[in-house]
Amino acid sequence: MSVEDRFETHEYDVIVVGAGGAGLRAAIEASAQGAKTALVCKSLLGKAHTVMAEGGIAAALRNVWKEDGWDVHFRDTMRGGKLLNNWRMAQIHAQEAPDRVLELEEWGALFDRTKEGLILQRDFGGHRYARLAHVGDRTGLEMIRTLQQHAVHKGIDVYMECTIQRLLTDDGRVSGACGYWRESGKLILFKSRAVVLATGGIGKIYQITSNSWEYTGDGMAMGLDVGADLIDMEMVQFHPTGMVWPPSVRGILVTEGVRGDGGTLKNSEGRRFMFDYVPDFFRAETAETEEEADAWYADKTKRRTPDLLPRDEVARAINTEVKAGRGSPHGGVFLDIASRRDPEYIRRRLPSMYQQFRELADVDITKEAMEVGPTCHYQMGGLRVEADTAATTVPGLFAAGEVAAGLHGANRLGGNSLSDLVVFGRRAGLHAAEYALAQSVVPAVDDGQVKATTSAMLAPFETVGGQNPYTLHADLEACMQNLVGIIRTESELEQALDEIGQLRERLARVSVQGNRQYNPGWHLTLDLHCARIRPGESPVQPGLATHPRPALDADRRRGCHSLGDRAQGESRRAHPRRLPGPRSCLRPRERRDAPRRRRDARLPGAPA
Amino acid sequence: MPESGAQVTMRVWRGDADGGTFEDYQIPAAEGMVVLDVIHRIQATQAPDLAVRWNCKAGRCGSCSAEVNGKPRLMCMTRMNHFAPGEPITVAPLRTFPPIKDLVTDLSYNYQKAKSVPAFKPGPKEADGTRRMYQEDVDRVQEFHKCIECFLCQTVCHVIRDHEENKPAFAGPRLFVRLAALEMHPLDTNDRLGLINQQSGLGYCNITKCCTDVCPESIKITDNAIIPLKERVVTEFHDPVVWAWRKLTGRKKVELPVTSG
Ligand SMILES: Cc1cc2nc3c(=O)[nH]c(=O)nc-3n(C[C@H](O)[C@H](O)[C@H](O)COP(=O)(O)OP(=O)(O)OC[C@H]3O[C@@H](n4cnc5c(N)ncnc54)[C@H](O)[C@@H]3O)c2cc1C
Ligand code: SF4
Ligand code: SF4
Ligand code: FES
Repeated sequence: MSVEDRFETHEYDVIVVGAGGAGLRAAIEASAQGAKTALVCKSLLGKAHTVMAEGGIAAALRNVWKEDGWDVHFRDTMRGGKLLNNWRMAQIHAQEAPDRVLELEEWGALFDRTKEGLILQRDFGGHRYARLAHVGDRTGLEMIRTLQQHAVHKGIDVYMECTIQRLLTDDGRVSGACGYWRESGKLILFKSRAVVLATGGIGKIYQITSNSWEYTGDGMAMGLDVGADLIDMEMVQFHPTGMVWPPSVRGILVTEGVRGDGGTLKNSEGRRFMFDYVPDFFRAETAETEEEADAWYADKTKRRTPDLLPRDEVARAINTEVKAGRGSPHGGVFLDIASRRDPEYIRRRLPSMYQQFRELADVDITKEAMEVGPTCHYQMGGLRVEADTAATTVPGLFAAGEVAAGLHGANRLGGNSLSDLVVFGRRAGLHAAEYALAQSVVPAVDDGQVKATTSAMLAPFETVGGQNPYTLHADLEACMQNLVGIIRTESELEQALDEIGQLRERLARVSVQGNRQYNPGWHLTLDLHCARIRPGESPVQPGLATHPRPALDADRRRGCHSLGDRAQGESRRAHPRRLPGPRSCLRPRERRDAPRRRRDARLPGAPA
Repeated sequence: MPESGAQVTMRVWRGDADGGTFEDYQIPAAEGMVVLDVIHRIQATQAPDLAVRWNCKAGRCGSCSAEVNGKPRLMCMTRMNHFAPGEPITVAPLRTFPPIKDLVTDLSYNYQKAKSVPAFKPGPKEADGTRRMYQEDVDRVQEFHKCIECFLCQTVCHVIRDHEENKPAFAGPRLFVRLAALEMHPLDTNDRLGLINQQSGLGYCNITKCCTDVCPESIKITDNAIIPLKERVVTEFHDPVVWAWRKLTGRKKVELPVTSG
């Protein structure tokens, strides 16, 4: 009996794995191109990470500052990413973001308005002009709901609470995917001509994180397994402002919008310490005095406040302040908007923050300062894609959103993710559909691949090793938190690799209790396999929990990857050797076989 | 509030579609804990297969709805110090939806209903190619857009809470909020009043406001969404002036002022 007779099987032109902003936009586009499209996600529809995004979506709409334009946005993105970005992606992103935002409005989204009745834009870190279209501090909710409702009306089939575990290939081309229903534990098989991965990031391998259980890097792992390239995996962004107290909420995000709307960081001595941490790379455009910084909000001929330096800079500064003993009582620093804006303004602009602090920490942010500290937030690295088509190196496999890499380089600017999702989500859907519709035959499903996946999935039920998956996950988080954090040292990275090796052995001995029906212990075990602490045989090694390996390559220190014992590389000039391409993430054996990438073309003449 | 380190007793419903029982778990309390943290502790240390939905842990995604001590709530926004020390805290799945396992219920009713809502359909753009809307005009609809689809309002509404038979004919407060959002959207031109009048079951609602009371987003579901919808339906279908006007002009949609609540 073939696997198709044994398992629930569906056939599509395109399946999109992941229903965040990127996946939804991809599915909408693929379906609009006439491809029979399915959307598959681990959670319920509308609950993906995108729903949590707060501050806004970056696009040079020029509603607030006429001086803005795609070229300025492009420049900010490249500088924020310490020029490690794929410049072509940065260009497409900056050019297309305004259209994608206006399209959301066409589909029913209601952004906050300017006095003239247009979309209002707010200031954010690293953006020269107020550029983020937003809805208070719940922009992601508006975006995902708009896309979700639009998709529902386009008749796209949605498979919710269905986890994809592996991609299938036929002679090097993608031929589908298989996974399981969370509710029943039953297996499901998709045959398809093209697959779009939009599964998001990896943040759940850290202890202090703004990311949910879903972020175990499934898409990166699955792509890697079928031969796609991963690049920049050591570039993990720590958002400077997460909650630090009480312990149970540690890591929950405090939007950069607080600083965008006038909030400022202070240490225990009441000093606005960011003035002490302006790197040379940004000195010319950053205010030197508090007066200049405060005037900048209304007058863009002034230089910007250092509170809104890119996130990597601010996170490192906070880290240093705390280590120097100038932190807040619970190991963070203070974020003060109460003394700078009136309560009515704060409640209107930041309603979720107001509620979050009031209910979870007993803090009234209109009266007192918040305590904040860095929290793992975003993975700039991921699957290498072609800028124009979002195609990976595997025929038929496309990727968009946080799972894909390139746009953000060594550090993402706030607001540039939501715009990334719709710009490249659309392109991924478009090109996946084009590719799929051009294939004359449906690729075959390899029974052996399906059988291997299913037996691996069910194995933990039979294992009698006695390891608890929750403890294992907690140990992985602790290892990453302590050894692969904001500031890294070679010896700690080596130690992390050792510890991950041990975790890998323990993972083989995890035993799962209960049955297959909605069993979180089992799901976590499978997710841990995705987080690439896979026992033994993993064909390609540099995965998620193993991102210390590329991180050990000291030449790559820049942006979000700091080696504590070296000076931070800042620009190409400060960093004379050629940038290592994706090949440097591979082990020597794979490196031999990997395609050579052309040297990044020169940046076009720096726009103003 | 239970002292840090003190034990709390959690009484959690364990079972599936075939039935279940409450089971007690002892868990040490820690400062600032919310109910979801405690459930996660139970999973990690005593019941690894305890089924629960969650995502954001910050009241954003609406995944972690459950009935805590009988009241529908988001577990991630319910602090443990909300409860009197010493007493067991019960956590049960949402009663209005069929149980799948433990705290996870089958929410497909809500997704099915959402499919039946006619889509947003904007009118033509301004002469300069823009869409102009003023903050005052979008405030009310933005209130509705705050909905995180936690379905707490659906679970508490007596029309369907213990009346499975009403479900086919009743959309529920979440969908009324959605319909109101579309109806009051400054750009929308689609006509849904017929559907609202005939298929949404708006008439079943007798304005008890229980839905408003549980909404974690503080959306004034009854005052701002349901009552204005009812008023529009009355004007549209039962007001002789409007009826005659429509007959005369052939116009489907009649613009009415937004009623403030
Ligand atoms: C608290 C917070 C605030 C943020 N604020 C902002 C902001 O203001 N502006 C901004 O630009 N960015 C912001 N970000 C970042 C941004 O929200 C995310 O990077 C972005 O939403 C990721 O979108 P995505 O479509 O790539 O993936 P997601 O929205 O995370 O969706 C991933 C999808 O993949 C599915 N999935 C994953 N694995 C599998 C699998 N194995 N099988 C099936 N399905 C799977 C999931 O179920 C989910 O549907 C914020 C992030 C957080 C956490
Ligand atoms: S006000 Fe209406 S919709 Fe709300 S709970 Fe009462 S009957 Fe249900
Ligand atoms: S209206 Fe309120 S209670 Fe109802 S689903 Fe939305 S957020 Fe939840
Ligand atoms: S986990 Fe998102 S609302 Fe509770």
